[in-house]
Amino acid sequence: MYAFKYHRPATVRHAANLLQKNEDAKLIAGGHTLVPVMKQRLAAPPHLVDLSRIAGLDQIEIKGRSLVIGATAKHADVAASAVVGEAIPALAELAGLIGDPAVRHKGTLGGSIANNDPTADYPAACLALDATIVTNKRRLKAEAFFQGLFTTALEPDEIIVRVAFPLPKKAAYVKFRNQASRYALVGVFVARRPSEVRVAVTGAGADGVFRVTAFEEALKQRFSSKVLDGLTVSAEGLNSDLHGSAEYRAHLIGVLSRRAVDAANNRT
Amino acid sequence: MARISLVVNGSPVTASIDPRTLLVQFLREHLKLTGTHVGCDTSQCGACVVHLDGRAVKSCTTLAVMADGMSVTTIEGLAPEGAPLHPMQAAFREHHGLQCGFCTPGMIMTAVDMVRRKGPDLDDHTIREELEGNLCRCTGYQNIVRSIAAGARAMADAGQA
Repeated sequence: MYAFKYHRPATVRHAANLLQKNEDAKLIAGGHTLVPVMKQRLAAPPHLVDLSRIAGLDQIEIKGRSLVIGATAKHADVAASAVVGEAIPALAELAGLIGDPAVRHKGTLGGSIANNDPTADYPAACLALDATIVTNKRRLKAEAFFQGLFTTALEPDEIIVRVAFPLPKKAAYVKFRNQASRYALVGVFVARRPSEVRVAVTGAGADGVFRVTAFEEALKQRFSSKVLDGLTVSAEGLNSDLHGSAEYRAHLIGVLSRRAVDAANNRT
Repeated sequence: MARISLVVNGSPVTASIDPRTLLVQFLREHLKLTGTHVGCDTSQCGACVVHLDGRAVKSCTTLAVMADGMSVTTIEGLAPEGAPLHPMQAAFREHHGLQCGFCTPGMIMTAVDMVRRKGPDLDDHTIREELEGNLCRCTGYQNIVRSIAAGARAMADAGQA
């Protein structure tokens, strides 16, 4: 790991100032993505700005018709939260499927979506639930926030503060894990919202998380896994690697989507 | 350099460190607490698991500077020098939960954290699921699972769970 200067601001405003003053500074909270890439010398930020001690940034609460989760909320806390379990159980389950218990004690929601790893879980939830990502500067819909492989709309001095997830009528997340890394080989988040159905896929797309509109339209007519029978996803634009071909991933999207719809319907 | 103050195994520690020092390096190289191991060094294997403010974390992926002001427990802290083994340690010995022993400190720290979160009545399925971040290349896990189930009950009997 290359040397860096460490900063621990007490407020988001102070953190933003540090980002403005120090070019190429990086934010850190759980560090479970950034520390490994720094150890491999794939990243060498001259300054690290630690968000983990900013009071209140990890809050989880219901506000109006949304579940609002602070950027530094850890996966373990989201998974165990009674508020999340009551409001959007699919989201609690998703958080409990990330990495392993020790990783979940450190990794954060903000870190996951800011990194926008094409195999990360949270981006699928954000896109399927039509979440709003609130930063220190503005509010962004998930659709505008995620911009491709490891790319987001975030500006260099912009900091994710919280994410607002509108409450769905029903939702479920089903993930087919890579056995070694525990990342999603394919993960499908299905949300039945008051006005629409959304099906968001992670792990498969060469450009990161995406929606399957053909599935969404069929499910809007009738929210049953049966309506997906016979519908398929093209392998074009999907990832192909030693873990699975694009065709295999395309097949998994269909299988997991049906399972997710069933899981959402079977929730009592 | 960065100045950090934390509590390690109940004792206050203050040190001046390079900010890039990993928590596992700090424990092993600065404090000579070599019970915490570096296995894969990529947060997969769990040999480096310690408790940070009571929660299991992978110390190879944690910056020591970020543990400033916090409390760390390592395998050495479970039972003080000369005292009887912690019930989970005793269970690993009793049930042959180890062969080479390299993964054992991480296994035991993970097991104690598991009891904290899941209680002392752990079925095999739960234990296996919870162990997904800890790799053992000797035992085939059978005796580790047995040790943890027994250790969890022993912790309850000793009033530690």
